[in-house]
Amino acid sequence: MSLVELAGVHKRFGLVEVLKGISLSIEKGEIVAIIGRSGSGKSTMLRCINGLEKVEEGRIVVADIDVTAPRADLNLLRQRAGMVFQSYNLFPHLTVERNIMLALRLVKKLPVAAARELARTMVEKVGLGDKLKAFPDELSGGQQQRVAIARSLAMQPTLMLFDEITSALDPELVGEVLRVLEGVAGEGMTMILVTHEMNFAKNVADRVIFMHQGRIHEDGPARETLLEPRTAELRSFLSAVLH
Amino acid sequence: MIREFGPADIVYLLAAARWTVALALTAMVGGGLIGLLLAVMRVVSFPPANWLAIGYINVIQGTPLLGQLFIFFFGLPLFGIQVDAWIAAALALSIYASAFFAEIWRGSLQSVSPRQWEAGASLGLGYWHRLFYVVLPQAVRISIAPTVGFLVQLVKDTSLTALIGFIELTRASQILSAATFKPLPVYGAAAVLYFIICYSLSRLSQRLEGRVHVAR
Repeated sequence: MSLVELAGVHKRFGLVEVLKGISLSIEKGEIVAIIGRSGSGKSTMLRCINGLEKVEEGRIVVADIDVTAPRADLNLLRQRAGMVFQSYNLFPHLTVERNIMLALRLVKKLPVAAARELARTMVEKVGLGDKLKAFPDELSGGQQQRVAIARSLAMQPTLMLFDEITSALDPELVGEVLRVLEGVAGEGMTMILVTHEMNFAKNVADRVIFMHQGRIHEDGPARETLLEPRTAELRSFLSAVLH
Repeated sequence: MIREFGPADIVYLLAAARWTVALALTAMVGGGLIGLLLAVMRVVSFPPANWLAIGYINVIQGTPLLGQLFIFFFGLPLFGIQVDAWIAAALALSIYASAFFAEIWRGSLQSVSPRQWEAGASLGLGYWHRLFYVVLPQAVRISIAPTVGFLVQLVKDTSLTALIGFIELTRASQILSAATFKPLPVYGAAAVLYFIICYSLSRLSQRLEGRVHVAR
């Protein structure tokens, strides 16, 4: 069984059908970039995968947990599938160190010393070892996003979801976040990224999924799909984002 | 016998002001505890709890404090429960304050961004962990100014208990004023004491606010 399985997934917000029958499987170790216009359903699909949105129809199984089951253990699911958001969402009342320690203590039940040690290791990994005692509002957007990545990775998930994590950043800060992502990719983590960074998708991802009007319109190896799109829709999307 | 308004009377007012402070503190603690419970009942996804809290808050906020004081002072004895002015005042003010605290804190809880709930959820934190470790600390920061604002109001509202004969700052001033026939200096001194209490509270609030980090 694949790590992530979606079968016939439909999602409506009121009268608007955002996902119109999505079927998809993602294997362990794959790095998948999801691209598409805004409103194509790509972020919604990501949020459905870790249970932040409920689906009306279809089945989603992630890391052996049936997300669509009525009494799904969503907290366990989210320990296996970490998520990083566009707006960082660090806890503003806690220092960098405590942001990372919180779930390690409460969810993983690590002793304080072990949690603190792991927090330091993770923060050093994203190159912010000197910011352990800083509060989020004392960091730049890029630094906050790197801490958010470290916070998710510290939980040692099987799978990471990234929801347009560079979209809110000033252009000069995008690079530092993408470099951290490349590092994570290099360690063999399974990653699903909703992104507008086509170069990153081409160079780092194994596979690209192009979503269009709530459906998967193209799905294939990253380089090939982006360099030689098969459909007119992907061709016109790529020419719009690349120029 | 008419006498002068002298230093001994200032001491008398100060002693009475202790009861004003004691009453306000009691209502703050009592009202705070009930208010916290009500605020949680207002936000949990369990409709009967929501309705109960909303009903209570509307009744208390929609009736005058003086009426509530009379109900406790004159009403409880009708049921055979003897209460003195202090108990009636403390009960009425606590219940009165709880309705306002509940609404202030509910508003503060709900003004923490839903993204903070999501961020907690995405790390595998359960509902209560998200509430107590992620959302509440931020809500507390947001609530400091309106909470202290209401406390200042509460300090001044304790003066209504003079009407059920509880001897706090206002009742003591009435007694002194009757004895000295010098209402202006007596009530002037009382006003200064009220101001000192309320101003200290406002300063405390400003210092607290400067110390906490929250999403802007």
